[in-house]
Amino acid sequence: MLNPISAAFTKAKQENRPALLTYTVAGDSSKKQSLNILKSISKNADILEVGVPHNTPVADGSQIQTSAYRAIKNGIKVNDIFKIVKDFKKFDKNKPVILMGYYNMIFQYGENKFLNKCKLSGVNGLIVVDLPWPENKDFAKKCKKKFIYFIQLLSPTTTKIRLKKIIKDSHPMSYFISMLSTTGGKLKVSPKEIIKNYFKIKKINPKKKVVIGFGITEKTIGKLKSADGLVVGSAICKEISRSLKHRQNPVTNVSNLVKKLKNKIK
Amino acid sequence: MKIKKKIPLIDQANKFGFWGGKFGGNFVPETLKKPIEDLEILFNKLKKDKRFIAERDKYFKNWVGSPTRFIKLKNLTKHIGGAQIWSKVVSDANGGAHKIYNATVHCLLAKRSGKKVVIGDTGAGYAGKMLSMAAKKFDLKCKIFMGAKDIARQQPNVKAIKKNGAEVIPVYSGSQTLVDAVSECMRYWVANCDTTAMCVGSTVGPAVFVRICGWSTSQISRELKVQLIKEFGSIPKKLKLYNCVGGGSSSFGFWNEFMHYNKKQCEFIGVEAGGPTKSKKHAAPLTYGSKIGILHGAAQYVNQNSDGQIEETESISAGLDYPGISPLHCFLKDTKRARYTAASDEQALEAYKLVTRFEKLRPSLEPSHAFAVAIKEAKKLSKDTIVVVNSCGDAYKDQEILEKRLGKKYVKSN
Repeated sequence: MLNPISAAFTKAKQENRPALLTYTVAGDSSKKQSLNILKSISKNADILEVGVPHNTPVADGSQIQTSAYRAIKNGIKVNDIFKIVKDFKKFDKNKPVILMGYYNMIFQYGENKFLNKCKLSGVNGLIVVDLPWPENKDFAKKCKKKFIYFIQLLSPTTTKIRLKKIIKDSHPMSYFISMLSTTGGKLKVSPKEIIKNYFKIKKINPKKKVVIGFGITEKTIGKLKSADGLVVGSAICKEISRSLKHRQNPVTNVSNLVKKLKNKIK
Repeated sequence: MKIKKKIPLIDQANKFGFWGGKFGGNFVPETLKKPIEDLEILFNKLKKDKRFIAERDKYFKNWVGSPTRFIKLKNLTKHIGGAQIWSKVVSDANGGAHKIYNATVHCLLAKRSGKKVVIGDTGAGYAGKMLSMAAKKFDLKCKIFMGAKDIARQQPNVKAIKKNGAEVIPVYSGSQTLVDAVSECMRYWVANCDTTAMCVGSTVGPAVFVRICGWSTSQISRELKVQLIKEFGSIPKKLKLYNCVGGGSSSFGFWNEFMHYNKKQCEFIGVEAGGPTKSKKHAAPLTYGSKIGILHGAAQYVNQNSDGQIEETESISAGLDYPGISPLHCFLKDTKRARYTAASDEQALEAYKLVTRFEKLRPSLEPSHAFAVAIKEAKKLSKDTIVVVNSCGDAYKDQEILEKRLGKKYVKSN
């Protein structure tokens, strides 16, 4: 069976647009609410990245940190996250879900047990921020056996020779970090420059899908349309924080934001 | 798991940076792979470069002030009535603590790599103060990340950092202590690694930072070895080296040159921060059997919950208030080369009172933890046993806490 992640890219390609990937933190601001957010954005998002909150994140900016701390404070546990994914999949079984997080959470759960749980709850891909190549080789192989994509991260600092090696070992989807930044930083390079760097990577193996993330907002997303997929995370987390502050419904507001993002790349 | 003979401990990690196959490593975002690799190449080259070593030694001697004193605490020894108690007064070093060694080396490396800015984390404020001093000396811009709670409780060092022209960046996330300062500092480096050099303030973080820091603080044991031989004619037959352990930089440096001695001759005792007696929280992952986890890029024993969230710590001493511990110490624990135990806040304060009552020495709250255990154990040891405590920091920075907990007389004495 084709991994739904690949199916989502095919569908977007047919519609002549990049795939839209959203990132929300599991359990932000509550278990129920984060599930409702996933349900409400799934009609406009092609792939859902679900963040596994961690309290010592070394690559997240303030927006995602705020979401993560909020979720942890409200009691989210790893098992709850699997439950959220499972419940979501009952609602929309073909929508691909990627879990994104830090390695310690997987390490404490046990790699094999974690992957089994992923499989059972319907997780299609994993991004582990602090498990870079080549240290991730064994774990990536385990993922492959479970038909779960292990998504490699590529950065502006990744050397050409390293890029080639990583892409060679990579699964059908990789993730290009747009600039030197934590998540949600202001774009400090022009979209044009990002696209230029992006195509240097694409050229290595055009068949493999590469998405761009970090710093993408409603303002910038339209200028990056030539990528296979675009990830919006911090802007969504920010919207949740803003909604809570103004006592508005985060589900409606996030749903509207994702709709707007989708319209920008159509 | 075994320590190899004749190879410095910092060089015993495997190609992925793991000591004993499981402690350390490089659990870092992809963006940091290249800057870390660059730093590794530079450090591996320079640590074999005689000119670089001569440059380091020149600054250690003329600027840091080497050697720091090795003194017998005669009155304390007499009062305790057991082993001879000595101290290596590392707080003699420029700036008042061992953090100056690592800061100096990082600035020398930053200079060589052409970086104009150096950033660092700090808990007690010493790592930050020393980095700001070294940055000033070597004409680098400097930013120090410090938890808001630590800023409030270690004001003298905060003032010193600012006076040296560095920017203090308060960290409000999480527990607002050292753990959050290190996270924030690493995040800043992720976003600015093209122009900025990072100094991790202890023997923690990705493997290369563990190695650089250990290499730098080893100056302490190099000096001590010479001083011991001068004093006793040879390395004493019964030598016990007591040191507090937070991240583990001073203790590693205090022990390194004695690594390959038989532990019966030369025992290492690491004292972690047990926290307040009445609190369940502590900063003693080795003593209280914390599980292995990943913190700040390295696998280590770390205080965490069953899900893998890092737990909050509590200790009177900001410098020891860290949930993890150097991979080097995890390795030393599992190979049984070093022994680890903890002292509570109250025991550290009592030790401080006792030391300052009998000696012209004012150990900060961090080494006071080591004194607490050393004094307790020295009572039961024979007179020919040489107990040496690393007094790695000066209590000047702790005056507010000491005044609050012990009253004014303990601040003004000596």
